[in-house]
Amino acid sequence: MTDVRAIAETAAPGGDAEFGDFVQLLKPRVMSLVVFTAAVGLLVAPVPVHPFVALTAILFIALGGGASGALNMWWDADIDAVMRRTARRPVPAGKVSGAEALGLGLALSGLSVIMLWLASNAVAAALLAFTIFFYAVVYTIWLKRSTPQNIVIGGAAGAFPPMIGWAVATGGVSLESMLMFALIFMWTPPHFWALALFMKDDYSKAGVPMLTVTHGRKATRAHILAYTILLAPVALVAGFTSIGGPLYLAVAVVLNGLFIAGAWRIWRRDEVMAEADGYAVEKRFFRFSLYYLFLHFGAFLAEAVLKSYGLGSW
Amino acid sequence: MSFRPDHELHKRRFGRNLGLAVVLALFVALMFGLTVVKVSNVGPIEGYDHVMQPQLIPQEEGQ
Repeated sequence: MTDVRAIAETAAPGGDAEFGDFVQLLKPRVMSLVVFTAAVGLLVAPVPVHPFVALTAILFIALGGGASGALNMWWDADIDAVMRRTARRPVPAGKVSGAEALGLGLALSGLSVIMLWLASNAVAAALLAFTIFFYAVVYTIWLKRSTPQNIVIGGAAGAFPPMIGWAVATGGVSLESMLMFALIFMWTPPHFWALALFMKDDYSKAGVPMLTVTHGRKATRAHILAYTILLAPVALVAGFTSIGGPLYLAVAVVLNGLFIAGAWRIWRRDEVMAEADGYAVEKRFFRFSLYYLFLHFGAFLAEAVLKSYGLGSW
Repeated sequence: MSFRPDHELHKRRFGRNLGLAVVLALFVALMFGLTVVKVSNVGPIEGYDHVMQPQLIPQEEGQ
């Protein structure tokens, strides 16, 4: 049995994954959002950071986010295998073993926190460590399977990156960084609940207590509208702080108006109407939610650029 | 001695090893760059050790 072919035939699943499978464990699409929001948090901060230090810090914030993604895939392999959207992830697909995912997640968590500390400061590193803990333990292991509010509280993990970016530059936390946090935190529930409305079988099959499963779809539609209305003042208040300005405020007014209008349309519909057009309104709202977040943070960045030329801001 | 054609397993392992090599090389480059930036931006230190150098501390007036 020394022949390599014999080893290949008898190897346990996950023994010889490709490099790309390990990259997939880090949830590269989520990482790209982490990179963007962390970079904005860092760049809009009032303290300049050396470009190389900034690049290194953002890289390790993203790596920390990826590490928590690997830990999530390790723990959630059983429910990922049931859901159509996640069945092809490396662990449920048998390409990477659970132990490998756990090992990679833990190793990269430690590496990213230590490296962020060395590159920037202890506050940023502590925030990153807390983010990883929150996503992997509080959300994935505890909340996701136990409460329909999983998305609401778990959304905090995705909201930390701009706060970490700000901490890299300033070494602390401020009203501005908390508002960037709040913007993502309040945006997450309507974003995911819209997804849950048109991916309805996935969550119920997996037994994940999403709001659509526990409280019904009518209640979910009402929750989407409520959170979208609560999100608007957060987005608008940010416009009056040092990271905002006339341009940001104009963008926020338009986007929040459109977002509330979309949530209103979702709220007015029932399942019969949604089934009739293949959840077109819900899908459009979900797509728009991605632009919503991207354009808000893009506007923060634009304000920072304008400020550097003596324009914009208040 | 005969050379067998590569098994698909070899290709996967080669790709994985190559990927890891690239990541490690980038990590080394990143560490080098970060060290250069940190050392050149930290102020009046001397490069040969990490011991406090009293002669680098500005003298107060009247001393």
